[in-house]
Amino acid sequence: MTAVTEKNPDIAYGGLAKALTDGAIVAKRNLIKIKRVPDLLVFSTMSPIMFILLFAYVFGSAIKVPGIGYREFLIPGIFAQTVIFGATITGAGLAEDMQKGIIDRFRSLPMSRSAVLVGRTTSDVLNNVLVITIMSITGLLVGWRIRSSVGEAIGGFLLLLAFAYAISWIMALVGMIVPSPEVVNNASFMIIFPLTFIANTFVPTNNFPAGLKVVANWNPVSSVTQASRQLFGNTGTAPLPDSPWSLHHPIIYSLIWIVALLLVFIPLSVRQYKRAASR
Amino acid sequence: MADVIRAEGLVKVYGDVRALDGLDLAVPEGTVLGLLGPNGAGKTTAVRILTTLLEPDSGTAVVAGLDVRKQAAQVRARIGLSGQYAAVDEYLTGYENLDMIGRLYGLGRTRAKVRARELLERFTLSDAGDRPVKTYSGGMRRRLDLAGALVAAPPVLFLDEPTTGLDPRSRTDMWEVIVELVKSGTTLLLTTQYLEEADRLADRIVVIDHGRSIAEGTADELKAQVGGERVEIIVAAPADIATARGVLTQLAEGGVVEVDDHTRRLTAPVTGGAAVLTEALRRLDAANVTLHDVALRRPTLDDVFLTLTGHRTEDDKTEPAEPALAEAVR
Repeated sequence: MTAVTEKNPDIAYGGLAKALTDGAIVAKRNLIKIKRVPDLLVFSTMSPIMFILLFAYVFGSAIKVPGIGYREFLIPGIFAQTVIFGATITGAGLAEDMQKGIIDRFRSLPMSRSAVLVGRTTSDVLNNVLVITIMSITGLLVGWRIRSSVGEAIGGFLLLLAFAYAISWIMALVGMIVPSPEVVNNASFMIIFPLTFIANTFVPTNNFPAGLKVVANWNPVSSVTQASRQLFGNTGTAPLPDSPWSLHHPIIYSLIWIVALLLVFIPLSVRQYKRAASR
Repeated sequence: MADVIRAEGLVKVYGDVRALDGLDLAVPEGTVLGLLGPNGAGKTTAVRILTTLLEPDSGTAVVAGLDVRKQAAQVRARIGLSGQYAAVDEYLTGYENLDMIGRLYGLGRTRAKVRARELLERFTLSDAGDRPVKTYSGGMRRRLDLAGALVAAPPVLFLDEPTTGLDPRSRTDMWEVIVELVKSGTTLLLTTQYLEEADRLADRIVVIDHGRSIAEGTADELKAQVGGERVEIIVAAPADIATARGVLTQLAEGGVVEVDDHTRRLTAPVTGGAAVLTEALRRLDAANVTLHDVALRRPTLDDVFLTLTGHRTEDDKTEPAEPALAEAVR
């Protein structure tokens, strides 16, 4: 009898350790693709660089943020927006693999049932590391400075990447449901643009219309941005007079979101992967 | 011989389409089963269930002694699958694809590398092995995909339409590869819509249509079911079709003549061989029918399919299922 394996076939295949080894193999495959198709990386870094330059020089001349130079205020916001957009690669990549039948190949192999997703989200975080490095250099060139300790600065980068990682798991689910990678790209544009604009990413929320201000202040993108401003020492002297709890405790509020998203979307995505029929 | 693949009463319903409608299959160890049917007959659905990619709505399937539903993970370690759409990563090189698959089968770093090179060599892809698959021809991709299915030398293989879309030359190459493969004792389930392919590669054939098995046997047994030979003529003028049909109907077994107006081809099942052919020609001549071509041939699997289902296997999607029977004169 094989009662144990019948109930838990995945346990017979090494559980977490196998998920990580297989995940690393899949991640390596995704990274090779970045190397072979460098356009992907060029596009994912060019637009944030363009954003930094446009906002810093065009809007920056008109926008005044109390207590701090606009460029210093701006850069953590653009970091947040960019890593979130970076996470959409997860959805597009999985949708493409579904479309091309590669997911069928993976699903017919005796590999961990979460490895494709673990590998995908891991390689996308590594892609984001590269993107954030390039943006940091651009930021430093236009006058952004880290005014905190090394430890805090590393914490700031890790928080941004962790938030993007959590978003990746949402995108993983989306990527397996929609019919093609183009749909992921269009849909994420429609959702992520408002999500990252109705926030404190580009301008302070103080003068937003009342309803919008509530949304913006509780938007996790705002707290991730606020947290990284704090961790990089880019908050200036201005207080946050009427801000809610989420912006007074942005690190904790961000971490709560990250954990909650992972707890919800990892199981949902893995379940969807097991069911997913390639098209 | 024990059955390495055994399916009983498989049912899969999509909306109001019964993709599989109680399919039974049995493949003894070391043999090749050809699952033959037109597009949409349920071939791919059957393969997806047997390879654990899809759960049936009802029915059971056992592969290599393991239940595909309850012991899916163990089944996966014992099977190789090569799909209709070559599921190789086009950004990776051929070598990287095989190496990755080897690692995911759990071969270990060194063995996966060695195995990848071995297979590239065997499938004459050595020269292209370090180029991205993007640059490969359709035939090369299929060979690589098949190589991918063989990485772990699995005892059970599933090939879902391995030659669909290939040019005739690549198809012949692929057949040679598969013939070599089955000599080594692998149990193989092959789906195809090409009768010639099933005839050439399979020990036994199951003909399926609308998700159900409608006939089973060796190629010869199936041909014997249809019996006798075929007199096939092509008349020169469309106007002669009716006259020719009348003549052949008198000679045809069961009085059924298949007519294709478009190609002006008439086919009649007969018993009696050359004598009947001579008689047919004499009567057609007497009726002043001019012929373009004439032949006496053994029934093909296409005839089998036509007899069993009332429609041919290919170019079947554009017409309703009954044209051949509707055309037949009794």
